[in-house]
Amino acid sequence: MTLTSPTLAVARNTFREAVRDRVLYNLVAFAVILIASAVLFGQISIGIQKIILINLGLSSISVFGLLISIFLGIGLVYKEVDKRSLYALLSKPVRRSQFLIGKFLGLNLTLLVNTFFMSAGLWAALYYLTRGFEHGDRYIFVAIYFILLELSLVTAVCLFFSCFSTPVLSAIFTFLLYVIGTFSSDIRAFGELTKSAPMKVLSTALYYLLPNFSDFQIAGWVSHGRPVAGSLILLNTMYTICYGAVLLIASIVVFSRKDLK
Amino acid sequence: MSRLQASKPSVAALLALLVAALGASAAVQFAIDGRRASYNDAPEVLWIPSGKIMKRLSLGHEGLVADIYWTRAVQYYGGQRRDGKTDFNLLGPLLDITTDLDPYLLIAYKFGAIFLSEPSPRGADDPQQAVRLIRKAIQANPDEWRLWGDLGFIYYQNLHDYPAAAAAYLEGSKNPKAAQWMKVMAAVIHEKGGNRQTSRFLWTEIFQSTEDETVRKNAIEHLQGVHASQDIEEIEKRIAQFRGNHGRPPRSFDELIADGLIGGVPTDPLGIPYRIDANGKVLLDPKSKIRLED
Amino acid sequence: MAAIEISGLTKDYQSGFWRKRSWRALDGLTLNVEQGEVLGFLGHNGAGKTTTLKLLTGLIFPTAGTATILGKPLGQPETFRHLGFLPENPYFYDYLTAQELLDYFAQFFPMTAADRVRRRDAVLESVGLVEFRHLPLRKFSKGMLQRLGIAQAILHQPGGGLLAEPMSGLDPTGRREVRDLIVQLKKEGRTVFFSTHILSDAEALCDRVAVLYRGRLVGAGRISDLVIPSLGREPHLEAIVECTPDCARALLGAVLLLSTKPAILSGGQYRIDISERDLPKLLGHCQKEGLRLVSLNPVHPSLEEYFAELSAVAASRASGPSGGRSQP
Repeated sequence: MTLTSPTLAVARNTFREAVRDRVLYNLVAFAVILIASAVLFGQISIGIQKIILINLGLSSISVFGLLISIFLGIGLVYKEVDKRSLYALLSKPVRRSQFLIGKFLGLNLTLLVNTFFMSAGLWAALYYLTRGFEHGDRYIFVAIYFILLELSLVTAVCLFFSCFSTPVLSAIFTFLLYVIGTFSSDIRAFGELTKSAPMKVLSTALYYLLPNFSDFQIAGWVSHGRPVAGSLILLNTMYTICYGAVLLIASIVVFSRKDLK
Repeated sequence: MSRLQASKPSVAALLALLVAALGASAAVQFAIDGRRASYNDAPEVLWIPSGKIMKRLSLGHEGLVADIYWTRAVQYYGGQRRDGKTDFNLLGPLLDITTDLDPYLLIAYKFGAIFLSEPSPRGADDPQQAVRLIRKAIQANPDEWRLWGDLGFIYYQNLHDYPAAAAAYLEGSKNPKAAQWMKVMAAVIHEKGGNRQTSRFLWTEIFQSTEDETVRKNAIEHLQGVHASQDIEEIEKRIAQFRGNHGRPPRSFDELIADGLIGGVPTDPLGIPYRIDANGKVLLDPKSKIRLED
Repeated sequence: MAAIEISGLTKDYQSGFWRKRSWRALDGLTLNVEQGEVLGFLGHNGAGKTTTLKLLTGLIFPTAGTATILGKPLGQPETFRHLGFLPENPYFYDYLTAQELLDYFAQFFPMTAADRVRRRDAVLESVGLVEFRHLPLRKFSKGMLQRLGIAQAILHQPGGGLLAEPMSGLDPTGRREVRDLIVQLKKEGRTVFFSTHILSDAEALCDRVAVLYRGRLVGAGRISDLVIPSLGREPHLEAIVECTPDCARALLGAVLLLSTKPAILSGGQYRIDISERDLPKLLGHCQKEGLRLVSLNPVHPSLEEYFAELSAVAASRASGPSGGRSQP
């Protein structure tokens, strides 16, 4: 057996746990219904009906994905520690780091599957509306991919907090960090405009230290069929990998030294 | 029947009670609605007046919030027209916020171009605001040549600034994707200023270029107005002929028909016959909804 | 090489937010668990047994001291290929079935897929959960969870097992089954280190016991070698004597005086505990009129007494030299 096997075993089990959590189905079903109902929304004109559908669809996938990732993420580690199911698991030949990474991968897989179902709903609604796809529609895939990257980072944030904080606090911190991350371009702008040198340093440091979620938000762009540069796709992917690694490493550092109750 | 059986209320009775309570609450709600109507007459207010703030509050969902504001703008306009109100103060700010959130929502700009500059009772009667909106549009969408056409139309139709209008059409025609008529319009307006042919062409162009029902309906109304003005001019030519023949204006269309000047009683584009007044001027029937355009 | 070698293992817990107070849960534990032996780890609740097991399994980290398991220091996951752990009051994942849980845990060991299935079925059989294999764990009773806990501890056929309170939550049948299991493990030459506060279980199963009191090791050794501090090493006998109606008061009094412990009267018979030294005297008394010797049995110091004595001694030591009892 290779060294990665325990990690994948944890990942598979985390996925299984998420799938059996019935709350998940309610959220996904609700999102699918919402997207389908967007078809009824735009009674204004055909042209804008499609724009509204894409905007509503992408926003729903993003919001529900966020809810799912926070909801599942806050309990990722905490539940196991609190309920002591970790006792049996960590007495097997597995490192704590493998446990954490496995949990992270499992939750990402869950989000991937959920986003797939919600996206399928969006594409179905889009087809129902327009009876055919245009060239610009392919960029909706990019928007969905960016949402997945975004959710992956949120999961990593959640995992980090879950290592040392209760579920409620983890949820609050993660949500706050998400909101702040959406404003990161404003933080940078503030840094550029301010005259005070210490504020400049502080805001620049904050800008790079905090996760940047505004990079991923292109719904308003793709709903008009505008293209997305390949370089942006690549860079966003790399950012997710790098910053995600930061969070995972931080989680491993915190968790490896922790006395479990 | 034992005592135990008698004390348990039947399901049917409970259901009947439930339905009665529901009916009562519906009736009370109806009464409340009647009372609250007076509270709802308070003037419309934009709680968040700034597009920038709204953008931040959207947390990345600007596209969707823009669509919501667009819907609100259309409903606001439709609501004011339906209620017979003549002020459209909120239209400009609503469209401004919409386009701050989604600078590529072209239909919002077009809507603003027309209904912000339209005189009362059809619009906000503020062509300058419309000009500002379109200039903002052009900045965000430099490749959209049609926006130059919208700008030119505001200058032509509502500001009667023909040199500016011609300049706008000319600017738009420079885009290689632009339709041929942009260049033609530039020349025609430059030469002739405002004339009926040009107006008819431009309103037809607006009608064909959009799928928005409100804009289309408005364009048709204007076209009908232009058509009616044209009709009246034609009829008055025949009346002048009659006057030349008989030394007095005709008293009715029958006289014109008798003279062979017209084939039948002329009707306006809605099918309602025109009127002749005592001085031989042709008028629209008061019942007709058409507004004349010069 | 001992299976588990513990040397000076100490654990302090910090409590309090502003002014950190530290509380010593385990103080300098030094103990060896030999290969193939069954060692019982005894102590009241809170004595440090769970702390020790958590230190050995890497769930918490020592403040001082070291330990090796099969020669390897603590914190190496590979060690657990040869060790099984049964946590106290085990909780697993309640959305899984018994079979799924064992399948999941099996994936952490170097077994082929076929082996995994075989071992899983074998342990389900051993702990008597075969008919419940597809039941979700949220529907398991405490006893069933305990049995599943044992199953997952022996899944990979480890050379040794750390069992925390293995009998807790089990009915008498279950307890007997667990006892049989531990006996079986011993027969197979495996090392078992289990903690319990139920002394009769330890008495029945252990080769050696170690007693913890408030974080300190206060005694360890083979049960047959146990020394009760106040009673020394002398063999004792338990005698039951019966008094006939014409028994002389003074005679009974003399007999009862021989007893090292208060006599117990039940059903008209007196049960007394005498040192072997005093046996001739007793026999002499019993030959007189009025007394009948019903039974005579050798007595080994019970674990209960051993434990109680040790705890009392340790308590008195802790409370100060003035409170000490006289030592033999």
